[in-house]
Amino acid sequence: MLEMRKDLFADERDDNLNEVGKGSQRQDMPGHVTARTRFFDDHAFDGLLHLKVVRSPHAHARIRSIDIAAAARAPGVKRVLRGADVPVNKNTLLSLINFGKDDEPTLAVSKVCYKGEPVVAIIADTEAQAHAARKLVRVEYEPLKPVFDVEEALKPGAPVVNETYPGNYFEYHERFDHQKLRFGDVDAAFARADQVVEARYQMSPIEHAPTETNGTIAAPEHNDRYVVHSCAQGLFFSLGTTAKILNLESNRLHFIGGTVGGGFGGKVDSLTEPLAVLGAMLTGRPVRYVLDREEEMLTGSPRGAERIYVKDGVMRDGRIVARHIRSYFDAGAYTRLSSYAAIKCTAHIPGPYSIPNVSSDVYVAYTNRCPSTAMRGFGVTAVDFAIEVHMDRVAEAVNMDPMELRILNAYRDGDMKAHRRVAKNTALIECVQVAAEKAGWPLSDTARRQTSVASGGAGERGQIPATVIDQRGQIGRPDTRTGGPTQTLPAGTTRIALSKEPVMEGARDGRAAPTQVPRYEPAPRHEPARAQPPAYAPQPAPPAPSYQPASPPPAPPAPAPSPAHTQHGAVRFSSVFGTRRR
Amino acid sequence: MAKHPVQFRLNGSDRATFVDGAENLLNTLRRGLGDFAPKYGCGQGTCGVCTVLVDGEPHLSCLTLAVACEGRHVETASGMADGPDFHPLQAAFMDHFAAQCGFCTPGMLTAARALLAKNPNPTRDEVVEAISGNICRCTGYEPIIAAILAAAGSSGARRA
Amino acid sequence: MLDVRTCASLAEAAGILSGDRQALLVGGGTLVMRDVNEGRLTDGTLVRVTDPALTQMSLSGARLELGAGVTMAMVLARPELAFLHGAARAIGGPAVRNMATIGGNLFAPMPYGDFTTALLALDALVVVQSGYGAGRPVPLEEFLAARERGSQGMVTALQVPRPQNPQHFHFRKISRVKPKGIAVLSIAAHLPLAGGRVAQARIAYGAMAPTPMRAKGVERALEGRALDAATLAAARQAALEGTRPETDAIASAWYRREVLPVHLARLLAGAAR
Ligand SMILES: Cc1cc2nc3c(=O)[nH]c(=O)nc-3n(C[C@H](O)[C@H](O)[C@H](O)COP(=O)(O)OP(=O)(O)OC[C@H]3O[C@@H](n4cnc5c(N)ncnc54)[C@H](O)[C@@H]3O)c2cc1C
Ligand code: FES
Ligand code: FES
Repeated sequence: MLEMRKDLFADERDDNLNEVGKGSQRQDMPGHVTARTRFFDDHAFDGLLHLKVVRSPHAHARIRSIDIAAAARAPGVKRVLRGADVPVNKNTLLSLINFGKDDEPTLAVSKVCYKGEPVVAIIADTEAQAHAARKLVRVEYEPLKPVFDVEEALKPGAPVVNETYPGNYFEYHERFDHQKLRFGDVDAAFARADQVVEARYQMSPIEHAPTETNGTIAAPEHNDRYVVHSCAQGLFFSLGTTAKILNLESNRLHFIGGTVGGGFGGKVDSLTEPLAVLGAMLTGRPVRYVLDREEEMLTGSPRGAERIYVKDGVMRDGRIVARHIRSYFDAGAYTRLSSYAAIKCTAHIPGPYSIPNVSSDVYVAYTNRCPSTAMRGFGVTAVDFAIEVHMDRVAEAVNMDPMELRILNAYRDGDMKAHRRVAKNTALIECVQVAAEKAGWPLSDTARRQTSVASGGAGERGQIPATVIDQRGQIGRPDTRTGGPTQTLPAGTTRIALSKEPVMEGARDGRAAPTQVPRYEPAPRHEPARAQPPAYAPQPAPPAPSYQPASPPPAPPAPAPSPAHTQHGAVRFSSVFGTRRR
Repeated sequence: MAKHPVQFRLNGSDRATFVDGAENLLNTLRRGLGDFAPKYGCGQGTCGVCTVLVDGEPHLSCLTLAVACEGRHVETASGMADGPDFHPLQAAFMDHFAAQCGFCTPGMLTAARALLAKNPNPTRDEVVEAISGNICRCTGYEPIIAAILAAAGSSGARRA
Repeated sequence: MLDVRTCASLAEAAGILSGDRQALLVGGGTLVMRDVNEGRLTDGTLVRVTDPALTQMSLSGARLELGAGVTMAMVLARPELAFLHGAARAIGGPAVRNMATIGGNLFAPMPYGDFTTALLALDALVVVQSGYGAGRPVPLEEFLAARERGSQGMVTALQVPRPQNPQHFHFRKISRVKPKGIAVLSIAAHLPLAGGRVAQARIAYGAMAPTPMRAKGVERALEGRALDAATLAAARQAALEGTRPETDAIASAWYRREVLPVHLARLLAGAAR
């Protein structure tokens, strides 16, 4: 069971722990075992109405017409909703932090982009009546050619999945069709390497399958607000999303939740909140919208499938001198959180190893599949799987023990990572040593003597190398995907932390847009030491949420004083909401 | 459409209500009678979160017609505690960390209760069989199995 | 809208069912209620029967008679039916078994129908009642062929010839989830042995065709032979004859065809011991 290894990093830990290592009862446990815990659906309302959605049977089709007349007349039906009834019928989740363009309707209007996409919502006295009326809605479709493969989707001439992103890719930094990482000169290192090991890894989408399906009950409150019992994992994220879609002041929404019957990432998309509240607004009655199990499995967003190509340059002695990763995230039809997943993925490359030359190109591709979203370590889990399987392949290629190969290449405190941050609190070597010991796996004396705290950051390991950069993959120009290097940044060049720049520059879609174009300046000197955090603070997304209700379009707010100015420690991108101190 | 009257004993109290013809027992319990212990997880019989006892035997309330319960004895997890005192299964679930999100817990407890009523000293295999219709997406089942065996005071060993 | 009628007698139910095309009998409801809950079944009348005749069992004679409303749990409660316990226990968890009826299992679409597969290898008869009047026993195989053609009718009971030696009846269900799950396929075999040779072999498959089916090629290969290596090889050769499996969430048609001969051979090898 649980074992505390106090011999490791003993001088770095305060061992006066009050809770860790001891059992303590969870606060919510008595509620769970007595069935008194109230999940979103466990609330009684008089006059509760039920909302059911008509979904697209096609993966890709133009909507010719929608006829709701018969459904609207059906017994018990109180209201039938179409796209035109949704105040702001286009959204992207991360618009709350100004990341990405609005690309997804709540109810499809002119075309459907995945099988199961919501088209019409029916609100009736009983679920049975809503079911019956659902059959009476007539939608005329003109099927379009779908695309299901990420690399096919990126080819010129592929069917356009999502009209907001006509190239079928998410646009990074308003410049590139993918997210880049450049560190050193991988091509030169491949040429120098004794061997180059390359492989392709393909993941499958995974459904979270929470035991409780997604759902919401929304009801008018006496004070001109709406009470919303929500399954959301990020309650205030969902509140903000709902407020935007319904063009409501957020203080008119009273969200209650946090008790989630299993989420695993699948309850951050606000799949049901906006329509339930809209239903309550339009009927003046409590409205319940719960996905049934089939909807949850087929149209509740999964973990996105990724395709990952790993290419390593390796020396005969097992040292990895270059790693290039090209990866494709299958976003499905809309962005949701895939744009962020690709950033997380990039931030994780090249894994916990000290590799002097690293580059990656991570694409988010739109296909006619169910949109994918967050799931437990999304963005990282898949690339980690690929990297670790690849490490085994490399070990085989150089005829070396896989554990020894990991210890040899493991990063140590003080090493410069590909993101121009100094590694600290590293512990891979010790993990591998303990794993080998537990598994009875023999390690050489050299491997057993290694430690994460010694000899990191020595010489080149602590330096930012001269780095070759390029303009490959400009937005709208697939022809530039194969271009060559354009510039070599001298050793030590780092990017100016965005937090030190004016945050807002220009406007897009009537909203303030962040500056996301990287600029470069010579790096400050840093001391590679555990106690000394590096000055550089990368910030892949802008810090200040600046969402404003859609109409009338407000002037871009004056840039808030950047919180980063007052921070001393490193700032990192956290959860979906931006930055936090570490 | 005409409503159908239905009357049954719920956790020891006589209850009566009107239901739509094909209404399932799960909806009647939750929306009609306000007992939110049984949950909706699938409506297909596959997850077991709606498990209740009908005349002492586990049934899936999502697949049971409410009208079929006329005159019967329905028990849910709401009725397990003896006043303020936990049922031994509830106490064991708490001690063994047998609930995480808690959504499967009422159904699990009900399935376990039916098992122990018939078989107070089950083997581990019998416990696994008894909860084989109940899905838990959080715990990985082991803590639940341990809790049920502990509540029974059983080592879980196979009987000769 | 969907309504419910409760009938105290079989005759009353039969009358409603034959007079109303939109009327549907509910047994345990484990399949019907799914369609209700998911909105596939929104109109008509569900017919419930409370007639005790539907759950009666007479287990004394050479031909056992089981009411169509008998549940899997009721089968499991009777030691006289021990040879059917394997098949009954293979269906769902305890709650499903308390509800699922043997009558409803006759109508369960593939990949369901494990209990029916067992009955098919036992040459069971189905007592079908249409309209008023007495029920008519129909061989199960014939009944299933009619079902595939869409024929309806109320089943009141099943008649099952008791196997002379229950040891000669074998049932195997292959599923991916442990301790149990929906069938990749199931196999039932009745292999009476006379003087070390198989006489009147009956092999049935579940989930290898739209309804449970007899494996007549295998039966021929076994008939009159000892269960030796040559016979087993011949049976394996004939394993796929007449199969029409489908691809579903549990397995592809290809996979079902691929693994059937293996599992058949294992079952027969077990029977030979
Ligand atoms: C979680 C779960 C797991 C399952 N696992 C299995 C499994 O492993 N193997 C398996 O075989 N099945 C399985 N099933 C399917 C089903 O439970 C069984 O097939 C069961 O035997 C069906 O019987 P029922 O009485 O519930 O049918 P019902 O749902 O009541 O009826 C099914 C159909 O049969 C008709 N019908 C029922 N009784 C009669 C009658 N007497 N005369 C005429 N028509 C009738 C109904 O009109 C309906 O069309 C499972 C179901 C669930 C929910
Ligand atoms: S809700 Fe009844 S079994 Fe899942
Ligand atoms: S505790 Fe979450 S499903 Fe079991």
